[in-house]
Amino acid sequence: MKSKFTIILPALLLSSILVNAQDIDKMLEEAAGSETEFASATFKSTRIINGHSIERMPSGQLDVRISHRFGEVNGGIYNFFGLDEANTHLGLEYGITNWMMVGIGRGTYEKTYDGFLKFSLLRQSKGKKNMPVSLSYLATTAVNTLKWEGSGSLNFWDRVSYVHQVLIARKFNERLSVELNPTYVHRNMVSTEMDPNDLFAAGVGMRFKLTKRFSLNAEYYYVIPPVHDYRSEKTYNPLSIGVDIETGGHVFQLFFTNSLPIIEKGFIGETAGNWLDGGIRFGFNISRVFALK
Amino acid sequence: MKKILFIILSFGLFQITCAQKYISKTGHIWIYSYTPVEVIEAHNRQVVSILDATTGDLQFTLLVKSFEFKIALMQEHFNENYMESDKIPKSSFKGKISNLDKIDFKKEGIYPAEVSGDLTIHGVTKPVSATGTIEVKGQTLTAKAKFTVSPKDYAIVIPSLVEEKIAKTIDVNVDVPYTINP
Repeated sequence: MKSKFTIILPALLLSSILVNAQDIDKMLEEAAGSETEFASATFKSTRIINGHSIERMPSGQLDVRISHRFGEVNGGIYNFFGLDEANTHLGLEYGITNWMMVGIGRGTYEKTYDGFLKFSLLRQSKGKKNMPVSLSYLATTAVNTLKWEGSGSLNFWDRVSYVHQVLIARKFNERLSVELNPTYVHRNMVSTEMDPNDLFAAGVGMRFKLTKRFSLNAEYYYVIPPVHDYRSEKTYNPLSIGVDIETGGHVFQLFFTNSLPIIEKGFIGETAGNWLDGGIRFGFNISRVFALK
Repeated sequence: MKKILFIILSFGLFQITCAQKYISKTGHIWIYSYTPVEVIEAHNRQVVSILDATTGDLQFTLLVKSFEFKIALMQEHFNENYMESDKIPKSSFKGKISNLDKIDFKKEGIYPAEVSGDLTIHGVTKPVSATGTIEVKGQTLTAKAKFTVSPKDYAIVIPSLVEEKIAKTIDVNVDVPYTINP
């Protein structure tokens, strides 16, 4: 009898203490621990600089993008360091679902119309479901509509190019996000037989947040086969460095880049500027998001 | 030995009879900001709260990230730019029901309740008071209240560019269903 009591009573006592000592913060953590928390705002915008970031437009949101690349800085004061020339790209991009977005655009460079589909396949998360990285797939098509000045007529499909890109990103902490973009570019027609139709590129991008609304961004693509070897026109690997300024609704991206084209097919395959001799341009992207739903 | 057992026993019983605690893990708190330019509304349905019916102690705590906005970009800005929820993940309230004598937790009915205490948002603690109601229904309670907070009081900086879109005072609505702690 006595031994039974000595077991039951401390147990009773312990349980009553446990109920009382139930800490509210512990309860919150328990409740929250059963949830999956997704990383948000890995980048401020759907572009790091020229290329895509892991970010997507959520369902029902429209992103109106206006991008400019000016002339080369080494044009000197006569060209007002490039600001006399402007090369634009206008884009309308929309989130159909929370995992699929679609965009259309028109750029000055080669009077190109372009479109893309971007799928968010994995999202970085912690909690119930742990995922170290976010992963998206991007497919783009571009159509060059320059007047054909060669002989004969040009088949429509000769104007088309395609890009497939896998985007893998991780937000390491509140400030630092890094992204890797293995890319495949196919151009149906190139200028000469020496130029490759197929290109592979390894892109790397990062952003480092300096304040809540201001971040430093950089982006580089290493292109394979190596650029500027035997092509009809000398090309370079694109390197861009700039800042993101977020004002609540708008994101302004200001940067220097050696690329004139604003879409993947162009800046990966046809970047003609060389950082080492001042072949860089000032550029900006303005993004304004509207909630349509 | 018997004496010790008696002490333990009485202590345990005392604890059990005193534990008149109601808890909730599914409290609903929503915030509402109205300006002619923009209406902002966000809901958090994972609020944890403990109400002690014997002492009148009342506590709330919530994760800022659990606020859901209709527009995803607003939610992102709320967390990233205003509440800094990575750095300061929780908001909480710790206070007391001051008119506890007017609430009979054993009799069904709706009682007006006066609450005052310390509200901690964005790492800043300020005294607040609010009036609401407590509805007693068997073993469950429902507490409701409404009050306003001003972002300025909690060191939440709103840049002049978006000043017109965010109200100077934000309505906070509380609706928490409690069950008695077994």
